Amino acid sequence: MAYDYAPFPYTPPPGLTQPEPRHRVVIVGAGPIGLAMAIDLAQQGIASVVLDDNNVVSVGSRAICWAKRTLEIFDRLGVGERMLAKGVTWKVGRNFHHNEQVYAFDLLPEPGHKYPAFINLQQYYVEQYLAERAQDFPDLIDLRFLNKVTDHADHGDHVTLDITTPDGNYTLEADYYLACDGAGSATRTRMDLPFKGQTFEEHFLIVDVEMETSPFGNHDTPERWFWFNPPFHNGQSALLHKQPDNIYRIDLQLGPDTDPQIEATEAKVIPRIKAIVGDTPFRLDWMSVYKFRCAKLDRFVHNRVIFVGDSAHVVSPFGARGGNGGIQDLDNLGWKLAAVLQGKAAQSLLETYNTERVHGSAENILNSSRATNFMTPKSPIEALFRDQVLDLAADHPFARKLINSGRLSQPCTLAESPLQTPGDAPVPPGTPLLDAPILDAQGPAWLLSKAQGSFTLLTAGPAYLPDIAGIARIGINQSNDYPCYRSEDGHVETRYGTVKIYLLRPDGHVCAVFDTPDPTAIIAARDRALGATL
Amino acid sequence: MILDDKLGRDADAFYNALMDAHEGLDETESHALNARLVLIFANEIGDLDRLKTLLTTARQNTTS
Repeated sequence: MAYDYAPFPYTPPPGLTQPEPRHRVVIVGAGPIGLAMAIDLAQQGIASVVLDDNNVVSVGSRAICWAKRTLEIFDRLGVGERMLAKGVTWKVGRNFHHNEQVYAFDLLPEPGHKYPAFINLQQYYVEQYLAERAQDFPDLIDLRFLNKVTDHADHGDHVTLDITTPDGNYTLEADYYLACDGAGSATRTRMDLPFKGQTFEEHFLIVDVEMETSPFGNHDTPERWFWFNPPFHNGQSALLHKQPDNIYRIDLQLGPDTDPQIEATEAKVIPRIKAIVGDTPFRLDWMSVYKFRCAKLDRFVHNRVIFVGDSAHVVSPFGARGGNGGIQDLDNLGWKLAAVLQGKAAQSLLETYNTERVHGSAENILNSSRATNFMTPKSPIEALFRDQVLDLAADHPFARKLINSGRLSQPCTLAESPLQTPGDAPVPPGTPLLDAPILDAQGPAWLLSKAQGSFTLLTAGPAYLPDIAGIARIGINQSNDYPCYRSEDGHVETRYGTVKIYLLRPDGHVCAVFDTPDPTAIIAARDRALGATL
Repeated sequence: MILDDKLGRDADAFYNALMDAHEGLDETESHALNARLVLIFANEIGDLDRLKTLLTTARQNTTS
């Protein structure tokens, strides 16, 4: 059944009748990034106004692949379990050349994690669940649909916005302006900021079809299937994913010389789908023809205007690094902006959002560009190498590793960032925490759900964790006067060892490791993570 | 003979560098570049028995 696009209610904003007091944060764009941003800030007590020129969720499934790290962030925001319950879980990708499988990869071969390698879930569900979660904070999140920002100006210590609504125009003032307004960011255009990168000449057709019969055939478990030169789509590539509600995503490479207006018609699309699924009845749910771009801003922080998500960087979709990269942006920014607004850190801490996420998005762009280059050879010699890699892959493991249909989203390491105190440990500084099963008073639980959202000391060793204001404590296999849990099946010990003491940032990244519970060293590392040494 | 993966995490970076080496060359120039690469790589390997095995392996994969 097709998704019911119920419009969000519009209420005339107070600014139409009288000037509003200056807001702390205005978020422009109520897509997945803007909504998650507002929830993250609200959970830390920071109020925001969210403005969107539209009043429905994303039309079309668009971003569908949500990676493990994203789900772990959604868990912290209180929507992870709902996404997991609705989404289609998968972890195996298979690459085919013609009809033959040449390489398969398992993105999470080990047990003991709350969230899987990936779920597929249509962007409209993600936005709906986030919008509903945002309504849990009526005093902190002010959602304003059909509020279009037409201009803005940075005045050094605040930003002013001109906004138009169905009932007229008004202005707002805010300490910070978060541009979550997507790939075509009007904020970016107004500021005339260069958005540099690579445009790929190939057109791709993206189609969602609803059908009862699985195109994965006898495979019960949904997977990611990618074909080079499939028999049903000669000379091109194809990608197949399953989404909830019996909807299947099919991506077809069309080549550079096709006319998107002609290709995105039922007359052209239905025969292509029939070539794949045969005579099975299906319903066309959504289709679109794309050219892809990999591009980013040089800087994401421009004084009081901060770019988050697609407004800051776009990638080709092979690797699922667009939406997932954007969620990692807000995960990085949320606690820093809250700390600055609460007077716990200087404004210079926000500069590390810039450096850490420019680094992360550069890695995403590198991987997405390489995958797209492999899939769309732009010269005969590139096509020759690509085809020979595929031929060699049948017999030779090294060639299988060269096949690139997308290197799927992984969080980057922030080890080089000045916020982390260098050190060696099984989970080294700069990496997000590793989940593991534990037992709490109610029964089976997950380390992940206990350890994110504030600075946290964590150990599975014998050390007594010192009581330091503003730092939570978690002991594994201990009995002390702070939260302690039993490890299940030894996963915590295996992943963290039984020696080190870990200090986690509020975004769940390890920022320092210790051999002894020295309060002075721990406080110094926490202060460093808050930007004290910048 | 199985050609095990020795490139590891650098596989994508190598492939990309190889494509960059061909950037802007016409087919004749690319053909010459490949020939030079084979000769240079052969010298790097420097082991005739190994090289003969590699030549045979590559030839076996010829599909035409």
